[in-house]
Amino acid sequence: MSAVEKIELPKEPSAVGNLVKAILLKPAGLISAVVVLIFAFIAIFAPVLAPYDPLAQSFLSVNALPSAAHWLGTDQFGRDVLSRLIYGSRNSLIIGFLSPVFAALIGTTLGVLAGYFGGIIDRVVTRLIDMLMAFPELLLAILIAAALGGGFWNVVVVLTVAFTPGFARVARASTLSVKEEPYVEAAVAAGVRTPLIIIRHVVPNIAAPVVVLLTLWTASSIRLEATLSFLGIGTQPPAASWGNIIREGLSNIFATSWPILSAGLVITIVVMAISIIGDSMRDILDPEIN
Amino acid sequence: MARYIFVRALDSIPTIFLVLTLVFIAMRILPGDPAIAVLGENARPETIALFRERFGLNDPIWLQYLHFLRDVVTLDFGTSLMKGVPVGDLILRNIPYTIELTIAAMIIGISGGIPLGVWAAINRNKAPDNGFRVFSLIGYAVPDFYLGAMLLIIFALNLGWFPITGAGVEFTDRLHHIVLPAVTLAMLKIAFLGRLSRTSLLEVMGRDYVRTARAKGAREPRVIYRHGLRNALLPLSTGLGLSVLTTLSGSVAVELVFNRPGIGRLLIDAISERDYPVIQAGVIVFAAAVVIVNLLMEIVYVVVDPRIKVK
Repeated sequence: MSAVEKIELPKEPSAVGNLVKAILLKPAGLISAVVVLIFAFIAIFAPVLAPYDPLAQSFLSVNALPSAAHWLGTDQFGRDVLSRLIYGSRNSLIIGFLSPVFAALIGTTLGVLAGYFGGIIDRVVTRLIDMLMAFPELLLAILIAAALGGGFWNVVVVLTVAFTPGFARVARASTLSVKEEPYVEAAVAAGVRTPLIIIRHVVPNIAAPVVVLLTLWTASSIRLEATLSFLGIGTQPPAASWGNIIREGLSNIFATSWPILSAGLVITIVVMAISIIGDSMRDILDPEIN
Repeated sequence: MARYIFVRALDSIPTIFLVLTLVFIAMRILPGDPAIAVLGENARPETIALFRERFGLNDPIWLQYLHFLRDVVTLDFGTSLMKGVPVGDLILRNIPYTIELTIAAMIIGISGGIPLGVWAAINRNKAPDNGFRVFSLIGYAVPDFYLGAMLLIIFALNLGWFPITGAGVEFTDRLHHIVLPAVTLAMLKIAFLGRLSRTSLLEVMGRDYVRTARAKGAREPRVIYRHGLRNALLPLSTGLGLSVLTTLSGSVAVELVFNRPGIGRLLIDAISERDYPVIQAGVIVFAAAVVIVNLLMEIVYVVVDPRIKVK
């Protein structure tokens, strides 16, 4: 028998444990993840899955109702609505995912620098955040798009600008509290160089709120892309996106409502699924908030 | 109080200035020559020269900037390139429609959202609460232009209960026209304000003064509205300001769906026609609205919570 008995430490709730518990308690998150994966799959394999060329017009079958040949009917140019939805998922999802990621990179960098160093950087960044945050994201996006115009990269830029201040604010606030933690102090005292402290000790510890925000805003981003495309300042026709399918559907509303119906439903489902994932991630990563 | 408002008003000047500068820069770095954009690729060189001269495009950039600021300060937005009328007139003609739509949507949103949120909070984790949670999840996910289009298809196109386009002329007619767009915009408000009043009420209901009120034997409705909701007003007033702004930005798409006149519609049409003076003015009007609403919100704060003092 050894003299030192093994002490049973109270187990800390691990991230994996939280994950399993969260999934068992609320299966909605898992179901939503499956939904999003299915849509990602559809976007990736669009050329294989789409029954028709999304741009192929046919004046023999204009405004057709759903049938065996065209599951969701055709639009005013005789284009297959289902194929346009499938190809549209590419623009909608890629822009939807890319913009918050860019915004997270830029915003977090700004926020961490402002929070860690303080002083003049902090004042400039905070001021900018306050000014931009005064605008609702949609309005900011519309105003910038009004000047820049539509097109793939312009939309990415517009949405990135609209989301950056939010990330900067969260990253700054988290950095301010992490900076006071003993491990950062210890690292400073041990003479660890500042860039290394930021990368090794600050960034990993502010990652959780940033990741939660990233997920929630991917949902907003997809909705915003759809709105901009609907307004004619997003994805430009003839390329399809869920928003501009509704735009074109609206000008043809007396003939058929299937394009509006189906595209809107798809946007709603995807946005809802991603927000549910975001909520579950918050439960898992940030259990204290609840 | 007056001093507080004054300080806050001064505080918003840099924001206005920044927005104006950004608008100016954005309109100047647009790809391509605005003269060619407006007149077309085949315009005669003389016409282009005349255009550039008339709009001061030959001046040095700093002079253009000063002229731009002067025009904004004197509310001179120039003439629409497409319609040939002063932009100021276009704005004045369209602004009442957007304001009436925003007010109607806010009224529906507040009178729907707050009672729903209170109802959900009282029945926490019971059927009404869960039902409301599902409703707000959907309310957040449905894009308003889609919701608008669906309402249009169902209630205007198929059932014929409401007009399909326009904003109407006299009072009842305008009221008739505004129902569907206002309900569309109100849906997100109901979800948002409902959620907000639910959480802020739940937070307040656990406080000592609520317990005291109950102990005194106050009736439950009185406890909820007099002691609970009144103290939940501060977060709610923040939410209301935010809500006005999202309604305003949502109105852009909704005006397009219902083919209603309004500032959003004016801006979107100008973008597709490349009518630069109108785009510029539209952007400035929206930015000004944001600054004004934020300023009003600050004032409401002090009224609701007199503890807030000027720094």
